[in-house]
Amino acid sequence: MGNAVSVQELLFSYPSQNGTPHCVFDGLNVNIEEGSFVAVLGHNGSGKSTFAKQCNAILLPEGGSVQVFGMDTKDEALLLDIRRTVGMVFQNPDNQMVANVVEEDVAFAPENLGVPSEEIRRRVDDALRAVGMYEYRIHAPHLLSGGQKQRIAIAGVIAMQPRCVVLDEPTAMLDPIGREDVMRIVEKLNRENGITVILITHHMTEAIRADRVIVMKEGRILTDGTPKEVFTQVDLLKSAGLDVPATTQIIYELNRQGFDLPLDALSTEECAQALYEQFKVEA
Amino acid sequence: MLKDITLGQYFPGNTVVHRLDPRTKLLMTLLYIVTLFLCKWFVSYGVMLVFLITAVALSRIRPKALLKGLKPLIIIIIFTAVINLFYTEGRVLVEFWIFKITAEGLQNAFFLVLRIMMLVTGTFLLTYTTSPIALTDGLESLLSPLKKIHFPVHELAMMMSIALRFIPTLIEETDKIMSAQKARGADFETGNIFRRAKALIPILVPLFVSAFRRADELATAMECRCYHGGEGRTKLKQLRYHRRDALCLLLGAVLLAGIIVLRHFML
Repeated sequence: MGNAVSVQELLFSYPSQNGTPHCVFDGLNVNIEEGSFVAVLGHNGSGKSTFAKQCNAILLPEGGSVQVFGMDTKDEALLLDIRRTVGMVFQNPDNQMVANVVEEDVAFAPENLGVPSEEIRRRVDDALRAVGMYEYRIHAPHLLSGGQKQRIAIAGVIAMQPRCVVLDEPTAMLDPIGREDVMRIVEKLNRENGITVILITHHMTEAIRADRVIVMKEGRILTDGTPKEVFTQVDLLKSAGLDVPATTQIIYELNRQGFDLPLDALSTEECAQALYEQFKVEA
Repeated sequence: MLKDITLGQYFPGNTVVHRLDPRTKLLMTLLYIVTLFLCKWFVSYGVMLVFLITAVALSRIRPKALLKGLKPLIIIIIFTAVINLFYTEGRVLVEFWIFKITAEGLQNAFFLVLRIMMLVTGTFLLTYTTSPIALTDGLESLLSPLKKIHFPVHELAMMMSIALRFIPTLIEETDKIMSAQKARGADFETGNIFRRAKALIPILVPLFVSAFRRADELATAMECRCYHGGEGRTKLKQLRYHRRDALCLLLGAVLLAGIIVLRHFML
């Protein structure tokens, strides 16, 4: 399969108060394969949100290029095609809802695309069922919980029938239940619908559920690989001001005390099993 | 404390009045207001009152809710009544000190109060039975001929619906900011009106800052969902006229014609 997003020699900077532009990317190269589930980690100011906005032409490269399914984001004629192909979900669900009825909000994108009414109806119903919010279709969004609102926001993006979805810290404002709901939907979109997912997150427990983890620091890629490859580099991650998953932390600390446990036991089950094996022998 | 602000309150329902096309209801309200101003005497007002009461009964809106809408207007109603009562020249009925009440004044005051009350009740019936979204859609559709002279109809409708969408969000935010300021010792309840107005500044500043931030984020989110103005936009719910709409508008036209005839005979 080809690349969903292909970034080559990307240059980008923000204007800053004192006049000298603040450089975010200075020659970034990264390819995201179609159909993959990629988590992007990084400290505040590492450029991960800027990267997300480059993926659907909200921000444009100053140098180099960003290609989305073969479409160059600098080509203005392709703007709508790019945005309908790469959907985007933001952190605050309140600030991305347009209408005061759930189904009207989900219908917003297809309405903009000029989809006929009957087709919009079908897409809205499908999208709401996919996120498990069909029963709430005539509710007012401000009466829903954060997790439910974020699911509506995801439905609003699915209704465009995108091939790739970029989620910029979608769970940062949610409680644990809402967070788990959102993560389950994201996984389902990737596994069942084959949608490429780029998840920008602070939570390590979310990152370990991806196929691939990219860690960014100061606009560069610090490390890139499967969750197991990335999270075993505990010292590197700590130097970037990042945490490692709790499971890795436990094993890392135990190993420093002289134990010999596998550092790549990422999931809770694997970690528990490793600990069991270790202490069963000791006993 | 801000929870009980009602703005364009809507009572959902499934009656004939609710199901009428919003455009029909908007046009009918307009017709109703024009007709009401053409009324001269008891017969005309009687006809209009029958029409209004029938509409209210059909909508199953509790009359109490409609009367509640009149409450904030009591001062204006009393004021206009008093002005008309005392300052109309004509046949004097009662006279004391510098005041005199004339028969014409009494009559004017009575009809004016009746007119204001029927006006308000009629328009409230519109907002009570039509959801804000339907109302904006209806307005957009009715005003769409103005697009020809480059009047931003779609933009206005979009602004209205976004404003409606954010009212509860901003009220919630105001509540939060007020609690935060109170927790730090801010006092909103005591002092004269100037002190209280001044106390509102620490609420308004953060509220505005946050509203601008929200607006910026919302604009980005809308762009991400392919918003590019009203051109080529379709609708989830297409507005369609039904037979009941035609009948309703016909009734409105008959009503208008009838009142004009009655006016001719000074009834």
